[in-house]
Amino acid sequence: MSSQDAQSLSPAAVPIRLTINGTERRLQVEPWTTLLDLLREQEGLTGSKKGCDHGQCGACTVLIDGKRANSCLVLAVVKDGAEITTIEGLGQPGNLHPMQEAFIEHDAFQCGYCTPGQICSAVALVQEGRAHTREEIREYMSGNICRCGAYTNIVDAIEDVLGQSSTLREAAE
Amino acid sequence: MYPTTYHRPSSLAEASRLFAEAGDAAYISGGHTLLPAMKTRLAAPENLIDLRHVPELRGIEVTSENVSIGAGTTHHAVSQSGAIRQAIPTLAAMAGTIGDAAVRTLGTIGGSVANNDPAADYPAAVLALSGTIITDRRTIPADAFFRGLYETALEEGEIVTRLSFRLPEAAGYAKFRNPASRYPMAGVFIARHRGGEVRVAVTGAGNDGVFRVPEMEAALARDFSAGALKGITVSPAAMLSDIHGTAAYRANLVGVMARRAMENLGSAVAID
Repeated sequence: MSSQDAQSLSPAAVPIRLTINGTERRLQVEPWTTLLDLLREQEGLTGSKKGCDHGQCGACTVLIDGKRANSCLVLAVVKDGAEITTIEGLGQPGNLHPMQEAFIEHDAFQCGYCTPGQICSAVALVQEGRAHTREEIREYMSGNICRCGAYTNIVDAIEDVLGQSSTLREAAE
Repeated sequence: MYPTTYHRPSSLAEASRLFAEAGDAAYISGGHTLLPAMKTRLAAPENLIDLRHVPELRGIEVTSENVSIGAGTTHHAVSQSGAIRQAIPTLAAMAGTIGDAAVRTLGTIGGSVANNDPAADYPAAVLALSGTIITDRRTIPADAFFRGLYETALEEGEIVTRLSFRLPEAAGYAKFRNPASRYPMAGVFIARHRGGEVRVAVTGAGNDGVFRVPEMEAALARDFSAGALKGITVSPAAMLSDIHGTAAYRANLVGVMARRAMENLGSAVAID
């Protein structure tokens, strides 16, 4: 699945180890390669999108050691040893993550380009546990821009999953 | 991005030595300012020196007098630190309003202060809290550190290691964000210190970076209330003017945000 084979890398490439969606990968990366480019070009994981490539749109959002980050603004070499989760690692057709199901249920996208980033960000938002109201969801999702303007349905989807997780927490207590 | 060589020092001395030997080098921590600059080729360092594995830049220490934050501490970590939230709640709250959640995961306090972006939040906090910038070479008081747009007292190769703040009696921060970029168009940090000194620092609005407002400080030292700010204005001549807002608009925002900061002491208010 690699569109850029090892031979095309420059001699400056350095070895790193990443756990990507649960699989340990030993990789050679050029130091100026962003995590986003590594995922898309070397690893064939094209779910994470390159929107602005400047950390402003959030389409490239992934989870690094469980925390959301703009993968376009991280050099892969800097994250040697980290665990990376992309949209492909959250769920797959037939085995979707609850957030993916909620986005479908609430029609929380139009063109879908920002959606992988929105969903990774939303999964982190639920885990962080700081957003409780619609206003807080909007604030904590502010790094993910949707140019189709599906925000209302995105908030609906996240609110739905937040409700499920708080119901689960109450049931556990 | 142009090719670059990556270095990962494990001590402050090694980082400093690598920089001196490299000839053309840049330090990288969160990378949230440097990487966009490298992508647009405004910066093309031949060597990148990663400060994230330097132990001297880590850790948060809080005493009854002082908060000391390692320069490599992320905005997320500052915002979530129980010790900082208790000691200087406004500082933790302010860190929680920087950029967005993804930016806060990686951006660091040392990077923000060293970069001195005229619209960054931290310079206002450091100046109002009468902070101290500790480097691998010396200790610099905030009043001598910030020197205009992206300019600081840092010398070539000098590394910010810690930020130190004395505990204020009271503090508040309010900013008006550009709704698209979320950078403050005016952010006002106010702190009252022991002995009665009040410091008011403004970011995002000035045409020469972060600045203090002596008239507001004097008025608040006499009467530490939002009402004491009535009638005090800043001159539009010293304000930024761009497509997002005129100098007069920003000058007005400074007054409004100062009042909002006073009305919300102990927290940070972000309006857009």
